[in-house]
Amino acid sequence: MDVTARNVLGIKSILGTELLKKHHIEQILDCAFYFKAIRNRKAQFPKSLAGKNAVMLFFEPSTRTRSSFALAAKNLGGNTVVLTKEASSTGKGETLLDTARTIEAMQPDILVLRHPSAGSPHHIDRALGIPVVNAGDGFHEHPTQALLDLMTLREFKGDFAGLRVLIVGDIAHSRVARSDIYALQTMGAKVSVCGPPTLLPPQIEALGVAAYTDLKAAVRDQDVVMVLRIQLERLNPAQNPSGGEYARFYGVSTETLKHCKPDVLIMHPGPVNRGVELSPDVVDGPHSVILNQVGNGVFVRMAIFHLLTGGEALHEGTMV
Amino acid sequence: MSNLLIKNGRVVDPSQELDGTLDVLILDGKVSAIKSGIEAGSHPGVRVVDAAGCIVTPGWVDMHTHLRDPGFSHKETIESGALAAAAGGFTSIACMANTKPVNDNPFVTSYIYQKASNCDVNIYAIGAITKGLEGKQLAEIGSMFEAGIVGISDDGATVQDSYIMRKALDYSKKFDLAVISHAECTCLKGLGVMNEGVNSTRFGLRGNPKAAEEVIVARDILLAELTGARLHIAHVSTAGSVRLLREAKAKGIKVTGEATPHHLILTDDAVGNYDTNTKVAPPLREQVDVDALIEGVKDGTIDALATDHAPHSVTEKEVEYDLAAFGMVGLEIALPFYYRLHHEKGIPLSRIVDAMTAAPAKILGLPKGDLKPGSDGDVSIFDPSAEYAIDKTTFKSKSRNTPFDGYKVRGKVRFTVTGGKVIYNASEEAR
Repeated sequence: MDVTARNVLGIKSILGTELLKKHHIEQILDCAFYFKAIRNRKAQFPKSLAGKNAVMLFFEPSTRTRSSFALAAKNLGGNTVVLTKEASSTGKGETLLDTARTIEAMQPDILVLRHPSAGSPHHIDRALGIPVVNAGDGFHEHPTQALLDLMTLREFKGDFAGLRVLIVGDIAHSRVARSDIYALQTMGAKVSVCGPPTLLPPQIEALGVAAYTDLKAAVRDQDVVMVLRIQLERLNPAQNPSGGEYARFYGVSTETLKHCKPDVLIMHPGPVNRGVELSPDVVDGPHSVILNQVGNGVFVRMAIFHLLTGGEALHEGTMV
Repeated sequence: MSNLLIKNGRVVDPSQELDGTLDVLILDGKVSAIKSGIEAGSHPGVRVVDAAGCIVTPGWVDMHTHLRDPGFSHKETIESGALAAAAGGFTSIACMANTKPVNDNPFVTSYIYQKASNCDVNIYAIGAITKGLEGKQLAEIGSMFEAGIVGISDDGATVQDSYIMRKALDYSKKFDLAVISHAECTCLKGLGVMNEGVNSTRFGLRGNPKAAEEVIVARDILLAELTGARLHIAHVSTAGSVRLLREAKAKGIKVTGEATPHHLILTDDAVGNYDTNTKVAPPLREQVDVDALIEGVKDGTIDALATDHAPHSVTEKEVEYDLAAFGMVGLEIALPFYYRLHHEKGIPLSRIVDAMTAAPAKILGLPKGDLKPGSDGDVSIFDPSAEYAIDKTTFKSKSRNTPFDGYKVRGKVRFTVTGGKVIYNASEEAR
């Protein structure tokens, strides 16, 4: 079964934004905006996933990504089954590949995978005939997060060409950062990163981004500041001395905003550590579009389910 | 004992500066004569091998293999490893101590030699440096020496404690054994699964920096200088390590080094598809390192070529990249990657053959690696012009973990001979 032949994107799976072309991203965003417009009119979503099943295999804890995928499938009339690491048979010694093959034998239409090891969705995708959506693989990619970020940016900034975006935080261990870097660059934005030298990955400049260790210098002239969640519990003391010291040098606060453009957008993939990477007044302030991101996540995931399972191209011009 | 006449091949034996179309006569398992026009008729009952168009060299010595026996017979056994070696053109191989139980005592050493005595390939055991490869207490090196070990190494588990390493080097001098260092600092390596660099950043995998190897290479060179013992650096993988070795040799420190087929051709670009067969320790590095290794082989800084044949079953490899075992099989793919250093990279054939024969034999103290009259009749014969694609399904090894399946290569093993006996004949395999 060649699933790519009957899907308008012409790709089998969404493994990462590095592999997506500009027209793929535009098709997905167009479709997501179509769904958003339907919701805004309080009209009915097309039931393009009716009778179809999405299996969500989550080997890492997740609340928002998992519920966002589940709502996306249900909005389109599809069924979802969630399998967590605890509920799957991997605890009984089954390999990831065997788990995936077992699931495929039950004939679902699409598989969503979150896994702590980079490359796991690629590993699964090679073995399976059904589309695979990467919901986060280790430090590697989180493509649906980047796509919802792009949707939010298109909503607030209109155009990506020349848009200046700064990503602040633990870049080394961030799949969100990598996916955003690739997707934003593909769309013509100029991406910079900022964080302590211990949390910048080696040779990050080779990806075409400017790297800063000074936040005040980094935020100047940026149209967008994306702040990453700092996972203090995962960092060892050699990577970051303390939460307090992190907040002092890399926390984005009203003080930081004084160095930013007046119309800067503040984004965050959530969940926020209030008072560490973002001060509460900035989270709730006028520059923040954090909740818009969350809302758009459902529409982006609907678009991916719709398009990968053979739905037609949709954009607001197609709306009747 | 066998009699064999190898006719019409191009004989290359750097140990006696020999390179020409000659015949090799082996009588009673020993080299009897090398000259032109030896007639079979003068030696009744001698078997004749026609090596026209082939290169004939002393039998190849692979000083770094893992035969997984005892303990991991689902990956390899001494017997299957010996068959793989013969198919790869190797007449002598040395096996590392990281078996289960570890070869850290004379009983395991004797077990290996007893099983090896039934194999056609010469198998030599390398003993552990420390008990259980734990890096804490010296293994019974003297007793293992009496049982036949030819070197000591905690391969795969670097001796982290500098004091223990210093004492191991001191103690090795009594037996003139090379101390073989798998150079990786565990603190710097951390949970790294690939080379640290732009590709680890791109692929989102944890990196293992080149410095993790180089700090141990530098430490061990300083300890070799301190103790005067013989140090050998296994699977050198970085340009920095090559530089450290070159400087140490210039100072007269007794240090040697080896390079593997995979580190001499692949870079960490190969990791991009998350094929776990590219996961190896030390990791695949960058082009600057590959180039430096080739230069090191050329000028002799890298003395020996060694496969680091590391068989693993599908179970250990068909998993997430982070969880996969380190290592790849090497015995049956090595030749074309070694020979390429000559025909693509311009290294003299005599240097390549030396690095495959006399150089590793000398490091381990083996009576092997040359075709001088009276030497053991171990010969490797290959066709330098045969072009083909590597097919892992033909491997004699019990394992198939290679990133080279389907690779188009040049140079094919035709015959492998030990003690005048043909132990591998490619044309019989084809039938």
